[in-house]
Amino acid sequence: MAEILPVALFVLFVAFVLGVSFYFAGKAKSASGYYAAGGSIHWGVNGIAFAGDYLSAASFLGICGMIATAGYDGFLYSIGYLAGWIVALFIVAEPMKRLGKYTFTDALDANFDSRGIKLLAAISTLVVSLCYLIPQMVGAGVLVTPLLGLPHYVGVIMVGAIVITIVATAGMTSTTYVQFMKGGLLLIFSTVLVIALFFRGLSTTPDQGGRVPFLEYRTMTATELNGTVMPEDTQYSVLEVMKSGSSSFAKLSKNSETSWWKLSTKEGHTELAQTQWTAMGANGSVTINGAPASKKNQLALTGNMEKIAGKTGDEAKTGSIGPFKFLALIGDKESSIIRWKEAKLVDGTDKVTVYYRVSTPGNKILRPGLKFSLEGTPLERIDFVSLMIALFLGTAALPHILIRYYTVPNPAAARKSTIVAIAAIGLFYILTLYMGLGAMTGGVVNLTDNNMSAPLLARSFGTFLFSMISAIAFATVLGTVSGLIIAASGAVAHDLLDRYGKVIKNDKQKVMVGKLTAFVVGFIAIILGIIFKGVNVTFLVGLAFAVAASANLPSIVMMLFWKRTTSQGITASILVGIISSIGLILFSPTLFSLYGLDPSTAPIPLNNPGIVSIPLSFVTLVVVSLFTKGLSKAKAQA
Amino acid sequence: MLHEPAAQSGKDPAFAYKRALGTKMFWAYAIFYIGFIVINLLKPVLMEATVVAGLNLAVVYGFALIIIALILALIYNQACSKREAELSKTEGA
Repeated sequence: MAEILPVALFVLFVAFVLGVSFYFAGKAKSASGYYAAGGSIHWGVNGIAFAGDYLSAASFLGICGMIATAGYDGFLYSIGYLAGWIVALFIVAEPMKRLGKYTFTDALDANFDSRGIKLLAAISTLVVSLCYLIPQMVGAGVLVTPLLGLPHYVGVIMVGAIVITIVATAGMTSTTYVQFMKGGLLLIFSTVLVIALFFRGLSTTPDQGGRVPFLEYRTMTATELNGTVMPEDTQYSVLEVMKSGSSSFAKLSKNSETSWWKLSTKEGHTELAQTQWTAMGANGSVTINGAPASKKNQLALTGNMEKIAGKTGDEAKTGSIGPFKFLALIGDKESSIIRWKEAKLVDGTDKVTVYYRVSTPGNKILRPGLKFSLEGTPLERIDFVSLMIALFLGTAALPHILIRYYTVPNPAAARKSTIVAIAAIGLFYILTLYMGLGAMTGGVVNLTDNNMSAPLLARSFGTFLFSMISAIAFATVLGTVSGLIIAASGAVAHDLLDRYGKVIKNDKQKVMVGKLTAFVVGFIAIILGIIFKGVNVTFLVGLAFAVAASANLPSIVMMLFWKRTTSQGITASILVGIISSIGLILFSPTLFSLYGLDPSTAPIPLNNPGIVSIPLSFVTLVVVSLFTKGLSKAKAQA
Repeated sequence: MLHEPAAQSGKDPAFAYKRALGTKMFWAYAIFYIGFIVINLLKPVLMEATVVAGLNLAVVYGFALIIIALILALIYNQACSKREAELSKTEGA
């Protein structure tokens, strides 16, 4: 049962999605049908499809994972992603629909007919879509391992193959209905999961409803004399003490079995705290907590409340609680939550990663500061502002979101569908806070991959909910990736080959090129999804937002609101936006970590480029437009 | 070539009104959003303060940013739809 149900639901889901695609295949013969679903989608359906398109793996897997490990800081993404829809509704929705045809390049170029805009806007669409594709594909790989027991790369290849089929058979029509179905299911089952969480309540010894015994970690006192540590339990002897940053770790031996302990000294009191650890030998062999890694021997799932409003043990168990009480108890200053951090050590030829417990007061969990150090250096605070700006301005500049405006019949429908999207997405983002905190306090956080927090939380309620949530999460990836590939197809076939290169001869050819592009982009996405395995997907999407906000938003806003905007200004702005945002990302501390380099040596100290690249792109547009105004007039007169 | 719209939309007499209203509402929300960032930057400890029903300012402000977005969106749609109906009546007459 435990293995058949997830697989059966997954297969059913994929079969349904492919069935929808083949059913609508006949409607995608014309360019209008393929790229814009004939402009005939009802605004209500489009609104939920917007949610299905937008609530990507980053939202579902990444945000919940980040909240599960960094508390409120993960919720900042929810706030920023939702706030971005205000820009989309009040500034962009109706003008985009009025001016555009199939792609956002159409709208940008509507008043200019400039080859430069066509080329650069299409390139920008491709770059942003690829940046956004990476985290979706990583998310796909993350899901199939627990769901189907398959390796990460198999999940990535499966998503690639299914999405290529969806897009290549019925283009925007099938993509719309897949997104609609997935958006609806995601909302329904996330709500069910959160309600189940309220019924379970909070406990300092979470046991997943009696399914998994709570794992108690040991702490023992020790004495330290002339630099020698002696554990209170004399069965243990200290083999060595190593430092990682400001933390110390002791390797202990008991009956010839070794283990790593976190060593801390406070006010003359020395303590050893049990940890979990992995060690990779020179020959590539991996041990987990001292035994060879296997399907059965994995790092234990973690995360629990140490105190609930000052209480522990049975006295602390709340039973069923309401949504406000749930948050109030977690955020109480008398509450504390055990989070886990990691430290890297080199022990002879072994590379050791030690995971150790950290107690964090509840009032620090439910306010920003654990990931973004708001009381830290000015640079860290600038990084926070930069992220919030990029999230706010990025949504209305995402090509795969903007093309949804061309699937409805008129500007009023575009507006109404945006409002449905805000309602659906807003509800979902409120749920992310509960799901993330539920994972954080429910003992279901995977130490090596927090992206799995929401599905693992669902698993703590039984196989059915886990299977549904996992299948929906997989559909989440399918829906978003389909939208991204359609956007990329439009950029290549419509913007580049038809309008820029003028090599497309007829409607049929344009659809054919779009389908071929879907294959190529899908293949590239598969490769990138395998390369970027293990990186938090929300972080990656945050970067895609920064690129979109830098490359596209200044042009869209200025084209709509500043009459002196020229085609040269728009072209230069897009170019500067792409180069500056990607350049800043490539040399950022986080990317340096990914390269395996010391993050402190990164030449750019910011992780989020928006605060530099967005204003730079605006300024470029203004300056170049002012310098080329005369040129444009002369050209127009000629 | 082939640069035809997916769906034709006619002239919109309410366009100027909607644009002006949208811009005003955008700035109203943007100020509220900036307020959230500014509090976090200047006095992050304030976010810990309990505001209502045991919830701290961070949670209340965060939820408010989401809920107010929806309320503004509904007001905007109501105003736009009303103006569109009025103008289409006037034009029809």
